[in-house]
Amino acid sequence: MALLELRDLQKHYPSPEGGRNTVLDVPELTLQAGEQVALEGASGSGKTTLLHIVAGILTPDSGSVSLAGNLLNSLTESAVDRVRAEHIGYVFQTFNLLQGYTALENVLLGMAFSAGQDVGRAHQLLERVGIADKANHLPSQLSVGQQQRVAIARAIANRPSLLLADEPTGNLDADMAQQALTLLREACEEVGAAILLVSHDPAVLGAFEDRRSLTELNRAAKVGGAA
Amino acid sequence: MKTIIMIAKKSLARHKLSTSVTAGSLALACGLVIGVFSIQEQSYQAFTTGAPGFDAVLGARGSQLQLVMNSVLHLDTSPGNIPYTAYTEMRDDPRVKLAVPYAVGDNYRGYRVVGTTPELLTEFELSDGVGYQIMPGGRVFDDLKMEAVVGSQVARKTGLRVGSHLHFEHGVEEEMGHDHEDEYIVVGILEPTNTPADKVIWCPLEGMYRLDGHVLRGGGEVYIAKPDEEIPDEVKEVSAVMLAFKSPQAGFQFSQQINGGKDMTLAWPIARAMAQLFDKIGWAHKVLSLVAYLVCVVGAASILASLYNAMNERRREFAILRALGARRSTVFGAILTESTAIAALGGLMGLLVYGLVFTIAAQVIRAEAGIVLDIWQLHSSMWLAPLGVTLLGALAGIVPAMKAYRTDVATHLVAHS
Repeated sequence: MALLELRDLQKHYPSPEGGRNTVLDVPELTLQAGEQVALEGASGSGKTTLLHIVAGILTPDSGSVSLAGNLLNSLTESAVDRVRAEHIGYVFQTFNLLQGYTALENVLLGMAFSAGQDVGRAHQLLERVGIADKANHLPSQLSVGQQQRVAIARAIANRPSLLLADEPTGNLDADMAQQALTLLREACEEVGAAILLVSHDPAVLGAFEDRRSLTELNRAAKVGGAA
Repeated sequence: MKTIIMIAKKSLARHKLSTSVTAGSLALACGLVIGVFSIQEQSYQAFTTGAPGFDAVLGARGSQLQLVMNSVLHLDTSPGNIPYTAYTEMRDDPRVKLAVPYAVGDNYRGYRVVGTTPELLTEFELSDGVGYQIMPGGRVFDDLKMEAVVGSQVARKTGLRVGSHLHFEHGVEEEMGHDHEDEYIVVGILEPTNTPADKVIWCPLEGMYRLDGHVLRGGGEVYIAKPDEEIPDEVKEVSAVMLAFKSPQAGFQFSQQINGGKDMTLAWPIARAMAQLFDKIGWAHKVLSLVAYLVCVVGAASILASLYNAMNERRREFAILRALGARRSTVFGAILTESTAIAALGGLMGLLVYGLVFTIAAQVIRAEAGIVLDIWQLHSSMWLAPLGVTLLGALAGIVPAMKAYRTDVATHLVAHS
């Protein structure tokens, strides 16, 4: 059984004219456990919407999402929250670190809603991403590259089945982007997590053997209506 | 729960100023509530079990309350005089354990001067077996001399000490009349009693009759005392007679007899008249209680406002937490924990505010009424008020918590691409 299966997925948003825009129309997308897939998507191809639907943050207007054997469409909201807490790790382009929390606390929050907080493991993760000495620093006291490492450590803190990465190196220079990407992939291999990464950056996409085009997958993007 | 507490703690630490201000306003509210109820109860107890040692007051026909206020609390004006013979009859009645006459009408720098007999200082029992104590170096006044014994508060405030000379002023309050030419000498200072007696100057009754400018009308006509001439009992007057009975039945009998007549009033038991006093000023307690409750509501509203206003800036935080797997109930619980923590902090700080309010109020009450209140005396409001404030704070957190609960994750995470 595939780790992730999307079938006939559609998502619409209201248009300013009072109608609706279709931003996502994906007939099928599957991902096996441990697979690392890069989705190429230009701006407006529905990348973030797709990842939000996979994470259960957004609900599709039609179609189904199956993650680790859980059909998200059929679950209650709190059950979807539980699936997200246990199976999903998320790395955002802007990192989305909680500003009032230290690096260590950000990592602890990554595991807080599944297995529970484990300070020892949080320290190990920070050591793994190379910023053990920054555990008590606030995000504002860290460089952009260090913030990205905290975000990676937080994303794998719950030992996810699937790590979603939305333009994860978009705010980094080329060298740092490659380092972050390598770290992300290695860390996911270590915890056995699959990766579904979306990016428009050829350098990032080139690092993945399995590359797919979201523009091809998303029929709405072909029409040019994605938000 | 650990995570909810962590989120709440982080927010409280980030919003130190608003947290402090809000907790402070609740502390004020909580302290006022405890203060109002605790002080009211203690004052009531002190007043209604007050006038230690005496069972009743005999005075001119009129209000029992005025009589008690004048002779026990040494407040208000005297309702009038009664014949000296009323005192001697009581003194000689076998049912009476002790009768002490009071004559008021003068003051010294605002402190009331009471003419009485030495029995007040020698035989009267303030509590079981213990009477007024005179500080070392002093003594009881001589019944026939211009001598005075001064209450501890008077001595402390005016600087009078044994050997000091003083002139009384006519009237029970300062600047009501002229200074008497006759000079008194202080022969004793009383140990503090924590009763209204601490703010009184005691002097011989006989001397009050002979003060220049004083006239006696007990015989129906004006009589002015002459030196070296004994004053007939028939012309003498007293303001009140303090009475201690040998049995409660005596009080009942005297009450029936005297209050059934038209000439005099017997305030018995004194505690009942004091309770009437409290009933009359009950509205003040209600107003103070209302103010305290209103401050509580304002404090709770400030929790609501400060948390609600912070919701906009915290929506991204909640969206991130939800993206990490936090349930709506977790976010709701974090805000509720935060509001409850602020209120609980306010409730605990309220005990400190209570201490301050109580200390100030106790000083005023002691100065005005001579009643000592005990800050350490437990009262149910000491735990009910902090608990109530905490519950109120928790309720105030529901509205902002609902706002956090409804946070749309996708909208507040990142813009769509």
